[in-house]
Amino acid sequence: MLKKALMGATLLAATLNGGLALADTSAKRIALSNNYAGNSWRQAMLASWDKVTSQAVADGVVAEAPAFTTAENQVTEQAAQIQNMILQGYDAIVINAASPDALNGAVKQACDAGIVVVSFDGIVTEPCAYRIAVDFKAMGKVEVEYLATRLDGGNLLEIRGLAGVFVDDEISAGIHEGVEENPQFEIVGSVHGDWAQDVAQKAVAGILPSLPEIAAVVTQGGDGYGAAQAFAAAGRPTPLIVMGNRYDEMLWWKEQKDANGYATMSVSIAPGVGTLAFWVAQMILDGKQVPQDLTVPFLTITQDTLEESLANTQPGGVANVEYSLEDAMAVVTGE
Amino acid sequence: MLAQLSSPKFLRAALPAASFTVLLAAIFYVQPRAMSYFGMNLMLQYTVPIALATIAQMFIITVNDLDLSIGAFVGLTACIGATLLADTPLLGTLALAACVAAYAGLGALIHWRNLPSIVVTLGMSFVWLGIAVLILPTPGGTAPGWVKALMGLKVPYVPFPIIAAIVIGLVVHVALMRSSYGAVLRGVGGNPKAVGRAGWSLLKAKMTMYAAAGFFGVLSGLSLIGLTSAADAHIADRYTLYAIAGVILGGGEFTGGRVSPVGAVIGALTLALTGSFLTFLRISPDWQIGAQGGILIIVLALRALINRREA
Repeated sequence: MLKKALMGATLLAATLNGGLALADTSAKRIALSNNYAGNSWRQAMLASWDKVTSQAVADGVVAEAPAFTTAENQVTEQAAQIQNMILQGYDAIVINAASPDALNGAVKQACDAGIVVVSFDGIVTEPCAYRIAVDFKAMGKVEVEYLATRLDGGNLLEIRGLAGVFVDDEISAGIHEGVEENPQFEIVGSVHGDWAQDVAQKAVAGILPSLPEIAAVVTQGGDGYGAAQAFAAAGRPTPLIVMGNRYDEMLWWKEQKDANGYATMSVSIAPGVGTLAFWVAQMILDGKQVPQDLTVPFLTITQDTLEESLANTQPGGVANVEYSLEDAMAVVTGE
Repeated sequence: MLAQLSSPKFLRAALPAASFTVLLAAIFYVQPRAMSYFGMNLMLQYTVPIALATIAQMFIITVNDLDLSIGAFVGLTACIGATLLADTPLLGTLALAACVAAYAGLGALIHWRNLPSIVVTLGMSFVWLGIAVLILPTPGGTAPGWVKALMGLKVPYVPFPIIAAIVIGLVVHVALMRSSYGAVLRGVGGNPKAVGRAGWSLLKAKMTMYAAAGFFGVLSGLSLIGLTSAADAHIADRYTLYAIAGVILGGGEFTGGRVSPVGAVIGALTLALTGSFLTFLRISPDWQIGAQGGILIIVLALRALINRREA
């Protein structure tokens, strides 16, 4: 028994060492460890992963790339899942993590076993892992910068997300930074829309009577359509509302555009970011130099790309973009 | 000899070990890589805190109670371990001692007022979680170096988790099954009136068992952060059900003080390994909880069969 165990250990060590220096990734196996699948964004993320990786497998880029989702969004469950992946001998593990810190033990074990770990969206802080983070602050700032190109100035209404969540603080900080740099704008009101149309509509309807004329509404995604409905119900002129890539928002925008030439922009994070993580993992296995910390570009929809985005989005869904190897290379080299 | 081997008593004691062996053999068959020092270490690592939490639950079940707060409690001790214990060891030790004392106090309260333990511990689970969130509002902290060093111990030939499981099982077995006061403690679950008439304090017995549960809960939390290196208030939410299932899988009964420490440890290992086994089989995690429940039912059905022969 002991002899067998030792033999197994050497065998494993040999496979681990042998898999490092090759540049060809057709025999490599990449696994996705995902902590949660309970909303439309995550469902779209998994669908994108499946679509892009099955094509990659068919093309012989990698041997396989299965996705595993934990059932209960639990740290201990995901840590055990990662350890099982180490045992199964995957060459790279792509992680959307349940916790930024508490998976570090398992992630370190994976790194020590010679496995490439790439985390995205829910990133891990363990230094040996690669991180593809979202710059939510820049996303907020982009909104105000766009307004500066369209308007001479005026009053802004800010719709925030879910109170107390890190993402809400970051986007809002970005918006406020943008307003500081463009003092012709002033935020005259702020409500929490919880990233949901119905909540946003109620909140905006509640604050509207107390507000002066609003030139534009800055949002966080999922709340633009509700804001538009509230303005219409109050009988006030529709301001410039920044949208968040949701289907109903784009549909409303399209209707307005066709009716009266309404123009705005829409920005959010594409669920296809998981496929970016896949290609980054593949590039690292391929022996390419990749910085440890990358930032995801957000998906911006403009007046010109609206029809195309709308056509490609499922009703009730979110505009998505799947990455190709070339796209991923552009992100890595900072294009 | 053969008669002894097929006696219900022996079969009953052997059932947990047999199911564990079958599962392990199946894992080795599906994933030969697991059959190595490295593989066993990796696969069994997270069973150490689960085994400790299961032992904690077993103490409570011994006195005919049920603890629905052990998962949240382990989460709390993990948070204390990753913050107070790491920054100011003295304060951290005091806080953990206070946690154990609180558990003893719970035992006293349940005995004094004759409260249903399920209700009290269910309520307490929210208290533990609340305190944990206050101590560590966002996931993070760092485990003390010595805890990490202990859990990362590389023992020659035998993986550390196996040694830990054997030590935990044996220590508790000697204390609860072989000592004279251990017999009294189990008697509190079996026939409290008789134990009371014999002059033993039922209050003291319950407080002892609850304190022991609290102590093993603390050990579970510390061993957990030794593995994860950081804590999260929700880190051990699943342990409540794992612990109950582990005790039952290991041959324990909900009533009557009929428990088995060695069985409970094996039960915890079996449950944790089913997760690995199902992953190796590529069964979606959505099915895993159900599959774990299925395995539990099979083992319990086998036991019912043996019990019938016993009767």
